[in-house]
Amino acid sequence: MSDISGQRIRQLILEQSKRANVGHIGSALSIADIMAVLFDGVLRGAPDSSERDRFVLSKGHAALALYAALHCLNVLSREQLATYCQDGSQLGTHPEYELTGIDFSTGSLGQGLSMGIGAALAARLDGSDRRVFVLLSDAECNEGSIWEGVMFAAQHKLSNLVVIIDDNGQQAMGKTQDVLNLRPFAARWGAFGWRTVDVDGHDTAALHEALNTTLAASAETSVPTVIIANTQAGYGVSYMQGQVRWHYMPMNDQEYQQALSEVASRS
Amino acid sequence: MRKVFIQTLIEIAEHDRRVVLLTADLGFMVLEPFVKAYPDRFYNIGVAEANMMGIATGMAEAGYIPFVYSIATFASMRAYEQLRDGPILHHLPVRVAGIGGGFEYGNSGVTHYSLEDIGIMRTQPGLQTIVPADPAQTVSAVQQTYQLPGPIYYRIGKNDNLTVPGLNGRFRLNTVETIGDGRDLLILATGAISAEAVKAAESLAQQGVSCTVAVVSTLQPDSTAELAALLGGFSTAITVEAHFINGGLGSLVAETIAENGINCRLIRCGVRSMPSGVSGSEAYMNQLYELTAEHIVQKSLAHLQTTKVHLA
Repeated sequence: MSDISGQRIRQLILEQSKRANVGHIGSALSIADIMAVLFDGVLRGAPDSSERDRFVLSKGHAALALYAALHCLNVLSREQLATYCQDGSQLGTHPEYELTGIDFSTGSLGQGLSMGIGAALAARLDGSDRRVFVLLSDAECNEGSIWEGVMFAAQHKLSNLVVIIDDNGQQAMGKTQDVLNLRPFAARWGAFGWRTVDVDGHDTAALHEALNTTLAASAETSVPTVIIANTQAGYGVSYMQGQVRWHYMPMNDQEYQQALSEVASRS
Repeated sequence: MRKVFIQTLIEIAEHDRRVVLLTADLGFMVLEPFVKAYPDRFYNIGVAEANMMGIATGMAEAGYIPFVYSIATFASMRAYEQLRDGPILHHLPVRVAGIGGGFEYGNSGVTHYSLEDIGIMRTQPGLQTIVPADPAQTVSAVQQTYQLPGPIYYRIGKNDNLTVPGLNGRFRLNTVETIGDGRDLLILATGAISAEAVKAAESLAQQGVSCTVAVVSTLQPDSTAELAALLGGFSTAITVEAHFINGGLGSLVAETIAENGINCRLIRCGVRSMPSGVSGSEAYMNQLYELTAEHIVQKSLAHLQTTKVHLA
C-alpha cells in the first residue's frame, strides 16, 4: 500500500532541497498535490511495463516532486532519494530517462508535450488503452513548440492525451502576466480545439474528480484535454508563496525549520 | 536518392511494422508511394520540425522506428536540440532523413543549402551519421542500418539518376569503400560529390597520376581505423565534400592523420564562406565553390608538382 500525499511530497521536497542545498523548491512545491493525485492510482502500470501509462514532467526543473512521488510508491528507495544532487547520482534537478520510473528526460522547456504526443500516437497505433499525461508549467507555454503540439494533438484527436498546466503565475524572472501573459489558458487552448477544465491545483479531491471526469470523457470525446491547475509556487510555505526568489534560492536553517513546521501543520 | 530511399522504406515497412514515416510537410511527389502503401503509418506533422522530433522520440520510446523527413537544413538544424535531448539522449532508434546535401537545392538559395549538417551531427556521440553517395549505396546503407539501436542521421541526395562509377552500391558501416588502387594520390569524398571525385581520378590517371578514391559514408562514429590504414599508404590525400570546410569529412581525415601520426599531406576541398547573396544551379554553385572534377584535378596537380619541385 503506497503512502502518498501532497503533504508527504512537500516534506520530502523540503528535506532533500535542504540536504542538497539547492533551489527550484517553489516549482516543486507547486506541483506536489498534482503529483500526489497522478501517482495515487491515476497512472497505471508498473514502471518496467511497456503497457504502463506514460508521464512526462515537461517542467523538468520540478523533478524533486517526481522523485518524491516515486519514493512514496517505493519505486525509488530512501537511499536513492538521498543521493539527490550528489556527485554521480542519477537524481539531478532535472529528471533522466536512465532512472527507473522516469519515462522521458526533460529540462529544456517546451519539449515534453511533443514527446507525449508521440507516446499517445504510439498507443493508438498499438490499439492500446495506454494514456499519456504531460505536466507543463504555465511559462513553458512561452515556447513555440508547445503550440505546434497543441495544434497537432487536436488535429489528430488524441483523446488519450491529458495535459496538466501548473498555472502558478510565476516564471524565472517575474510574474507570467508581466513577462508574456498567456491567460486565460482555457480560452486559448479551447480555441485550438482542446477540451479544457479549470481546477484548484491544491485541492486533491477536485484534482481527482477533474482527472476521473476527463478519463471517463476521453472514451466518448475525440479531443485531448487540458486541465488548468490553479496553483501557487511555493505552496504550503508562507514565505515562499508567490515569491519569485524561491524559483532559485536554497533555504537556510531557520527558513527550513519554519517551512517544515508549516507543511506539517497543514494536512 | 530520395525515391529509392522511399522505395527501400516501403520494402522495410512491409516486414517491419515498427517503421513509421513522419514529415514536416515536405516530400511532395516523393513520399506518396509510402503514403499509399501504409496510410496508417504516415504522419504529415505540419510545418513543425521541433514537434516532429519530439513526436518521433515518444513513438520510438514505445517501440517504433520513426523516420523523420525534411530538407537537410531543416531536418538537421531546426530541431537540433530536440534531436539531442530526444533520440540521442534516450538512445532511441529515430532516423532523421535530411534531403539534399550541399548545393543540391540549387536555385532555392542559401536557406536550403545544407553545409554544416555533417559537422553538427558528427559532434554528437551516439548519433550514427551516414551519407550515401548514390542511389544504389542508399539502398544498401538503409537496409543495413535501419535496425541499429540508437538514432541515425542520413544525408540523402536529391538526384535519383546519379551513379558513382565503381561503387556498385557497396556499403559497410564504419568502413570506407575504395574505387581503384592507384598509389600517387588518395581522394576521399562523401555523398553525391563522390561522382566528381571519381571523374577527377579518371582525368588524373590520363595525366599519369594514379589515384585511389575512398568513398566515406559513415561519418560518425567514424571510419577511423580503416581511414588510418588507408592514409598510411599515401603521401598526399585530398578530401572533397559539399559541406563547409570545418566539421565534416576534411576535419575527420585531418583528425585521423594527426591522431595517428600519419605522414600524409592533406588538401581539403569544401565550402569556405557562407554563400549569401548568390544562388544558382547545383552545378553553378559547385563551380563557384571549386567542387568540380576539374578543380579537384587542378588542386591535386598543383600540389603534387609543388611537392616534386620541393623534393628535387
